[in-house]
Formats: sequence, structure tokens, C-alpha cells
Amino acid sequence: MAEVLVYVDHVDGAVRKPTLELLTLARRLGDPVAVSLGAGAADTAAKLAEHGAVKVLTADAPEFADYLVVPKVDALQAAYESVSPAAVLVPSSAEGKEIAARLAVRIGSGLITDAIDLQAGDQGPVATQSVFAAAYTTNSRVTKGTPVITVKPNAAPVEPAAAAGTVEALAVTFGEAATGTKVVDRTPRESTGRPELTEAAIVVSGGRGVNGAENFAIIEALADSLGAAVGASRAAVDAGWYPHSNQVGQTGKSVSPQLYIASGISGAIQHRAGMQTSKTIVAINKDAEAPIFDLVDYGVVGDLFQVVPQLTEAIKARKG
Amino acid sequence: MSLRIVVCVKYVPDATGDRHFADDLTLDRDDVDGLLSELDEYAVEQALQIAGDHTGDDAEVTVLTVGPEDAKDALRKALSMGADKAVHVEDDDLHGTDALGTSLVLAKAIEKTGYDLVICGMASTDGTMGVLPAMLSERLGVPQVTLLSEVSVDGGTVKGRRDGDAATVRLEASLPAVVSVTDQSGEARYPSFKGIMAAKKKPVESLDLGDLDIEAGDVGLEGAWTAVDSATERPARTAGTIVNDEGKGGDELAEFLVSQKFI
Ligand SMILES: Cc1cc2nc3c(=O)[nH]c(=O)nc-3n(C[C@H](O)[C@H](O)[C@H](O)COP(=O)(O)OP(=O)(O)OC[C@H]3O[C@@H](n4cnc5c(N)ncnc54)[C@H](O)[C@@H]3O)c2cc1C
Ligand SMILES: Nc1ncnc2c1ncn2[C@@H]1O[C@H](COP(=O)(O)O)[C@@H](O)[C@H]1O
Repeated sequence: MAEVLVYVDHVDGAVRKPTLELLTLARRLGDPVAVSLGAGAADTAAKLAEHGAVKVLTADAPEFADYLVVPKVDALQAAYESVSPAAVLVPSSAEGKEIAARLAVRIGSGLITDAIDLQAGDQGPVATQSVFAAAYTTNSRVTKGTPVITVKPNAAPVEPAAAAGTVEALAVTFGEAATGTKVVDRTPRESTGRPELTEAAIVVSGGRGVNGAENFAIIEALADSLGAAVGASRAAVDAGWYPHSNQVGQTGKSVSPQLYIASGISGAIQHRAGMQTSKTIVAINKDAEAPIFDLVDYGVVGDLFQVVPQLTEAIKARKG
Repeated sequence: MSLRIVVCVKYVPDATGDRHFADDLTLDRDDVDGLLSELDEYAVEQALQIAGDHTGDDAEVTVLTVGPEDAKDALRKALSMGADKAVHVEDDDLHGTDALGTSLVLAKAIEKTGYDLVICGMASTDGTMGVLPAMLSERLGVPQVTLLSEVSVDGGTVKGRRDGDAATVRLEASLPAVVSVTDQSGEARYPSFKGIMAAKKKPVESLDLGDLDIEAGDVGLEGAWTAVDSATERPARTAGTIVNDEGKGGDELAEFLVSQKFI
């Protein structure tokens, strides 16, 4: 069977969930060969093998952390050349898309970004995408070269499927461009202890209606009662009430959880672009005319300062 | 020292309008108003600020677009914000060009124009791929300093802050380089009346594929590296239950979540 390259997103050896989802999709197309780079790369192998990687190509070098993007492209290209895969799959993070973009140019292949599903087809993989703020669903193919496809989180279930996961060291020679953009300082994001926004099964978001940074505590309390991630509209972020890393929407994160709860958010098109594919949508807004109500499965017209704390208490009471 | 800045701006359909596909599954541009992508206004703004900070007087900002005739509107807007001149790549054979093709055309046009710094938006508001800046860096063979929420040029060095998923990093590269800026980089200015009047007299150079030595077969719908096989309108969400809070709204919502097995 053809081999399919899967670019591994991991933090010091801990494989992130979207990569495991990619392995599920890759198995529909062929035998997954994982490419794992940087500090802790070798530690990813066991997890990747459990989820279907027949081979794990690893490389570590200071360049991966010290310079932006290009060293990783050099490594992925080396893997591509040694494997001659039927497709290359990369997680749709900001960096993932840039890596995929450069690889596509180098190997003269077509690129599809932000796939939400992937199936084997007669003429190669068929990627489903959600476009125009989720107003349309399209099916696309790469018609030139080896398909390079980036896939969004939550596109497929994580499925265990034991495979050999043979670890091989990947030989990488860095090109001149690899050291072009130097990382002169790095401040890791502090962990909140809550699930990753893009990976969470439930997202609880607050908007301008939350009316102040201190009031976000009630949004966080609801999120914690459900084990959810916290999101925010751009209005709330621009007001300085919540960090930009939690922004949901066109210029923030795109989420597709099982449940999305919007409080004090009007539902502007740019916000909807980042949450419209959520399975179940709930909104709390005091304006019955707010466009968010066009999307909801369940909406409460009311004051979030009444409804949200009451909801949180009811959930806590149920959970005991 | 002179500093030649090229800003890549895209003419996009208004996101608040009703966007559709045409019969050939490309974007239907007839039914919805177009405008300068709002995310590219941030790129124009940073270019103007960098040019303004430049100690020698000879910084020059050129705005560049690849797009249909109407894309001139996007160039005019950028010129009225304060850019010095514009380049419009326009050719019937460009209809349906995908990201690989657009990056090829932009790279050739940038080389022909001459540059020390290329500034892009973080993503186009229609395609939302966010890949062009990385592709341009690859094709031009110069560093990519992308997704910056803060950018400055100091002598021959570009510096910036990138707020990534796992960490915030500070980046540095030598010019020439390709930069992209996010909507966190600072509000874009509004064109002044004087700016709008002045823009009418600023030069707009028109280029076609021949001028850039690009074969028609390498771009457009036929030359595309990808194909869209189908586009279906997402069914409208079935109308949900909407209740007024009469004092028990939170408890009722909890019941709904229980019925859906979220609790
Ligand atoms: C290029 C571009 C990119 C953008 N990207 C994004 C993005 O990524 N994400 C994003 O979110 N936005 C984005 N926006 C901004 C977007 O257009 C809206 O301005 C923004 O989403 C509005 O946020 P909001 O709904 O919180 O605020 P508003 O639109 O002001 O809505 C606040 C809502 O809260 C309700 N409310 C007030 N008080 C209460 C209360 N006590 N109880 C219940 N309800 C209450 C009000 O009825 C209102 O509906 C972008 C805009 C542009 C131009
Ligand atoms: N047709 C185009 N003409 C000029 N610049 C473009 C064009 N398409 C994309 N760009 C630039 O590339 C950035 C990223 O676009 P994209 O990769 O399409 O999301 C945009 O913000 C623009 O700066």
C-alpha cells in the first residue's frame, strides 16, 4: 500500500490530539509514516505506533527551535524524498499551513488547506472544506504533484490501531534559507489547566456583553463546570478583557466542538466563521434580534449575569 | 539608504454580503460588492509607518494586486491611505488561479518592481488560507517573518513579535524579507480627504502575464494545482428552541444540556 506522510505536532514529545486525528485520516489513504521533529521527537513514537504509524522518522537539531519554519520544511522535504508518499498531511495550525505552503512550492504540488474531512478517491484524496464562513461545503482535489493537505482539528475521531511504528533517524541537511529568520526570544504560553481551545469538546465563549475582565470569571466558572475551554469574541479581546490566544473567529481560532456556548456575543460574520461548524450551538443574549440566534439549537433571551451563574449551579448540582 | 516596500493587497468580496460560487465553481464576483481586504489594510498601515520612521526620505511604498479590473478599487483605497504607487497584474487568463499560481505571479511582479521588504496581510478574507506570504518567501528566496503583531525595521534588519500557539517569539531577519502582519498590529488609518484627492494622481502600472514572462497554461483554472469538484450550500441550521428567561432560564438550559447528554 502507498505510504502517506503525517507531520507530527507535539510539545516536548507529547503528541497533540489533531495529529492522532490525522493518523485516522491517513489510514484511509495508505500506510501512515510519521515525521517527528525537534526536542522530544523520539518520545512520540510509542503513541504514534498505537495510532497506526508504520514508521516514525525523527530528527532533532537546535535549528528547529532557533529559526522560524524553514528548518522544518527542509526536514519534511527530506522525508518526502526518502518515502515518495501518495500524500502529505499536516495539522492546520498557523505554522502547519506555512510548512505545507513552502513544501508545496518546493515539490511543485498543489495545496489544500483547512480540510474538515478526507476520503480516498479514484483520482487521489478528496478533501472537504467549509468556506465563506461555513456557508458552503466544497470537495476538492490536488491535480498536480503529490497532494499536500492541511487538516483542521476535530476533522476525524482518534482511533487506536496498532502498527509497527519503527523508528528511523531522518537525515536532514539544512539549506541556506533555514537560518534566515532567527528566534531571538521565546516566552512559552502559560498553561491555564483548561483544554486546548481548538481541541476541546466543549467551548464556552464570552463577548462584549460580559462587560469587563473581572466578569470573565463567570464564563470561566461555567467552562470549569463542564470541563470546557474558554473562548472570547474579538470585541472582548480588543477591550483587553481576555487574551488574544482565546479569540474565536476569522482572525482568531477556528473551533468545531460538540458544544459551543456563546454568552453576550452578537454573532457577527467574522465570529461565526470560527464556530459555525460546531455540532450543537447555545447562546445567551439579552437581545432577541441578535444574529447568533439564527444559528442556535437552544437560545436564551436574557441577561447573562442571571442565566450563566444559574446554569453553572444547576450543572454542579447535577454532577454532584 | 532607500527602502522599497511592496505591499500585497487583495480585492475580495464583502464578507458581510452574500457570497456564492459561479457555474465554474470559482468565486462569483458579480453578485457581491468587492473591497480591499480589511486584513490587508493592516499591511498598508505598517508599511506607511515603517516608511514614515525611515530616516532617509527615500522610502517608497508600492501596493500590488493580482486581480480583475475592479481590483483597481483596492489599489485606490491603499493609495488614498498614503501609498506612493500601485501595480496591477490583470489578465483574462488569470481567472481561477489558485494559491500556487497566485504566488508565482506575485513573486514575478515583486521582482520586476524591485523590493527590500514585502508586507502581506495575515490571510485573505475570502480564501482565508494564510499561505501566500510563506510561498512568496520560498519563491523569492528571502526570509519569512510572518504573522507579526508588532513589526519594525532597524537599518537592514526587520524585527517582530509573533504570538504563536505554544509561545510568543521575537524574530529577526536581514532585508530583503517577506513580512505578514495580523490584525493585532495596530488599527489602520482612514484615508483623509487630501489623501483621496492625491490618490487620483498617483501612478497605477498595469502588467499582464506577458510582461511577467508567465505562460497562460501555468495559471488560471486550467493551470491550477487544485480542482474544486463540488460546492454545496450548507443547509440552514434547523430553527432551534428560543426561550425568554423568566427567572429559570439557566435551569431550563441545564435541562436541555442533560437531554443532549452533555451533562
Ligand atoms: C477583518 C475582521 C476580522 C474579525 N475577526 C473577528 C474574530 O476573529 N472574532 C470575532 O469574534 N470577531 C471578529 N471581528 C469583529 C466582528 O465583526 C464583531 O465586531 C465582533 O465579533 C463583535 O463581538 P461581540 O459579539 O462580543 O460584540 P457585540 O457585537 O457588541 O455584541 C455584544 C452582544 O452582547 C449582548 N449583551 C450585552 N449585554 C448583555 C447581557 N448582560 N446579557 C446578555 N447579553 C448581553 C448584546 O445584546 C450584543 O448582542 C472581525 C472583524 C473584522 C473586520
Ligand atoms: N491576488 C492577490 N493579490 C495581491 N496580494 C494577495 C493576493 N492574494 C493574497 N495576497 C496577499 O497574501 C496574503 C495572504 O493571502 P492568502 O494566503 O490567500 O490567505 C493577503 O493578506 C495578501 O497580502
